[in-house]
Amino acid sequence: MAIIDRNVTPPRPDSSSAHDEVAPASAGSVNTNRFRRIMSQIPGPLIGLIVIFVALSFLSPYFLTPRNLLNILSQVSAVGVMSVGALLIILLGGIDLSVGSVLALSSMSMAAMYKMAGWPFEVALLAGLIVGALVGLINGILTAYGKLQPFIATLATMSAAAGLALFITNGNPITGFPDWFIAITATSILGVPIEGVILVAIFAIAAFWLKFRPSGRALYAIGGNEEVARLSGLPVRRAKILVYTIAGLLAAVAGLLVTSRLDSAQPTAGAADLLNVIAVVVIGGASLSGGSGSLLGTFVGLLIIGVLNNGMSLLNVSANLQPVVIGAVIAAAVLTDRKSSRRHT
Amino acid sequence: MVQTLAHTIHDGQANEDSSGLICMGLSKSYWGVPVLKGVDITLRPGTVIGLIGENGAGKSTTSSIIAGIVEANGGSMTIDGVPYEPTRPSDALKNGVALIHQEIRMVPELSVAENIFIGRLPRRRGVIDRNRINDEAREYLELVGSQTDPRRPVAGLSIAAQQEIEIARALSREPKYIIFDEPSASLGQSETQHVFAQIAALRQRGVGIVYISHRLEEIKEVADTIVCLRDGALVGNWPASEITKEEMVKAMVGRDFVFSHRAPQPATGEVALSVTGLSKAGVFAGIDFDVHRGEIFGFAGLVGAGRTEVVRTIAGADQADAGEIKVHGEVVQIRNPRSGIDAGIAMVPEDRKGQGLNLDRTGAENITLPWEKELSSAGIITKKKVTSTANKLRDFLDIRGRLDIPVGSLSGGNQQKVLLAKWLVNEPKVLILDEPTRGVDVGAKMTIYETIRALAETGVGVIVVSSELEEVLGLSHRVLVMSGGLQRAILDRADATPEAVMALALSNVPKESPLESPIDGEAEYQTTIRTQEN
Repeated sequence: MAIIDRNVTPPRPDSSSAHDEVAPASAGSVNTNRFRRIMSQIPGPLIGLIVIFVALSFLSPYFLTPRNLLNILSQVSAVGVMSVGALLIILLGGIDLSVGSVLALSSMSMAAMYKMAGWPFEVALLAGLIVGALVGLINGILTAYGKLQPFIATLATMSAAAGLALFITNGNPITGFPDWFIAITATSILGVPIEGVILVAIFAIAAFWLKFRPSGRALYAIGGNEEVARLSGLPVRRAKILVYTIAGLLAAVAGLLVTSRLDSAQPTAGAADLLNVIAVVVIGGASLSGGSGSLLGTFVGLLIIGVLNNGMSLLNVSANLQPVVIGAVIAAAVLTDRKSSRRHT
Repeated sequence: MVQTLAHTIHDGQANEDSSGLICMGLSKSYWGVPVLKGVDITLRPGTVIGLIGENGAGKSTTSSIIAGIVEANGGSMTIDGVPYEPTRPSDALKNGVALIHQEIRMVPELSVAENIFIGRLPRRRGVIDRNRINDEAREYLELVGSQTDPRRPVAGLSIAAQQEIEIARALSREPKYIIFDEPSASLGQSETQHVFAQIAALRQRGVGIVYISHRLEEIKEVADTIVCLRDGALVGNWPASEITKEEMVKAMVGRDFVFSHRAPQPATGEVALSVTGLSKAGVFAGIDFDVHRGEIFGFAGLVGAGRTEVVRTIAGADQADAGEIKVHGEVVQIRNPRSGIDAGIAMVPEDRKGQGLNLDRTGAENITLPWEKELSSAGIITKKKVTSTANKLRDFLDIRGRLDIPVGSLSGGNQQKVLLAKWLVNEPKVLILDEPTRGVDVGAKMTIYETIRALAETGVGVIVVSSELEEVLGLSHRVLVMSGGLQRAILDRADATPEAVMALALSNVPKESPLESPIDGEAEYQTTIRTQEN
């Protein structure tokens, strides 16, 4: 601060000379720019959500009931928890293909330690979370220190984790968990299912971290331009390892939610979730090249996926056709997003 | 010469005198900044033009225009009287104009022959006709005296061997005009002689050649005429036999040094930064210097001399292999940029877009990026804090334009000021500026100079690396000149004439020696300089 406070003012060259100004932007276009930026960040997907929402309200009488809406929140909770981790990684310019496998592996590890090794349930539960975090840590080390491309590093751990999950019981599910654990996904607080509360809490904590904590804000800088971030003294490798570990941990949390809901640990659970998770983040406006995206957008993306899936089920759309619709929505979301956010050069 | 030519064209008797590649009034500007201002060059068949000039004088722009890589904004070219307007490199090749790049561009996994014929590989029954390309490649390789087997991959070949392939590739187009853009930069003495033999042979066959080099001795040896560019304009055109090396240097730098930005001599004798024996294998070696508090210390040398590498190492962007760095008398271990920042060393990197600023983020966010921990209270940083910090520096640096929009939408000068502001949030003990005014207009340039000077006056030790001789000499109290990864001399302000610095920067480095035995060479060099000046 010293320079500023000391009030040293360098002598100015004649400022009446043709001095450079903001290149293309007058005040008017600045406002349009900002408007466009906001539009491209959240309201684009939000408008889409509202349209889908209104349409479904007309198409299905059951859609707009409180029970159904809360049901949607429950249905998206596992994917939602994972999409928080996925957004953090995508902000860094990375990708995590292992989330679905990690979900299955942590769920199976917890169940195996409880039912097969006979550990107390609370310890087994903690161990399940640690397993998820460990796989994330490995992803982080492979990308940050091993300099593997995230796609390849997490492809490797995806395969390994999926195999381990099957290996534990030779492919059989494990059932029979304590009642309180089952109750997590069967209880409501003030009408809101607990898993919905967990989901919103995780979104809120992560959003706070991204907005107000230096280490969270650093993710945008690293994803935007890693070399700029490194030369600015940001701990790039540490941030990568931290974020991949968080993503692994969140996948484990999702695994616990799924296990609780099914009262069963399934070695193939979560296999279909990977594409949904990435779809949520992309529909929510994040760029896969890193540096841009928000949790608010991701939450809207999550609701779009949840509402669409729910609505299509209500309307008896063939389950085989539903992914086709999701695919169209992804393409539409990214196309409109790209149009509205012109790059400044 | 050019005038007479223009006359003959007007008189309609172009037949004889319009032979060759003739450029008239070539100009080019980038974003309104002129880099080439009406350059005339006449290249006759069977002659060699040596093209010289400082960094940024317009040599590469000229050769890029002739080779169809960039389009000129003004001027015209003819070949044997026929208008020649290349819009892409393939147009140039069709017209018999080939460029041999400064940097060798090869696909390492492909064979030598494939690299020579890349983009036009002949096919036989749908597959590449290997026998044919190998045979033809062998012919062209023999033409340049290369023994390389055309069937082997390029990976693993020496730079010199690759240079021969590059020339063979150009020859395979049967060009009538060839531009060599600093071919000897990566070659040793014997290899350079070999290239000269090629050039002599090509000239015999009637090929017109433009030879660009910083090595003035050798350019005299190879060229028939010498053409000198300065600040994008042609400043000289002499028969090579009639000009001395000293005259060439003078023509390259000879501008009026009206420069009033030098800070007064620093008041304190305290050392801000002390560097001893800094070395990085294969990049630079034996760097020793002190920067005092309040001093502006310049780094001069050609592009590629190792200046940027040295300052990057000091700032922690790269790792040194040996050497000691002291800041305000205390030894500091600098392992990464963070430890450099913590030691009080700030660096404004040369590549604003790639290393300095995140163009999609706002100016304010860019400015506070390294300091978010320091600026947060209870671990929380608010937008208000970011904005207020940035606004204080906006006034200090006279940044014109908003700081709450993506910094990429500001002009180059304002971007550079934002980048400078980023490193002044906390006053550094040592401030390193690598090319501080690259791509910046004159007005912003002056503000940056004044700011540098004002910072030095507050006791900051400032290092300025610049390829613009005027800038580095105008700002600095002392100048360290590098060439070939070695420190050639540290000159006081009085001794740091453009000619002296240029001579040191151009000093020929024997290719084999420098980084192995820096001490002897360096000591020897410094002595010679002393004697020369006395």
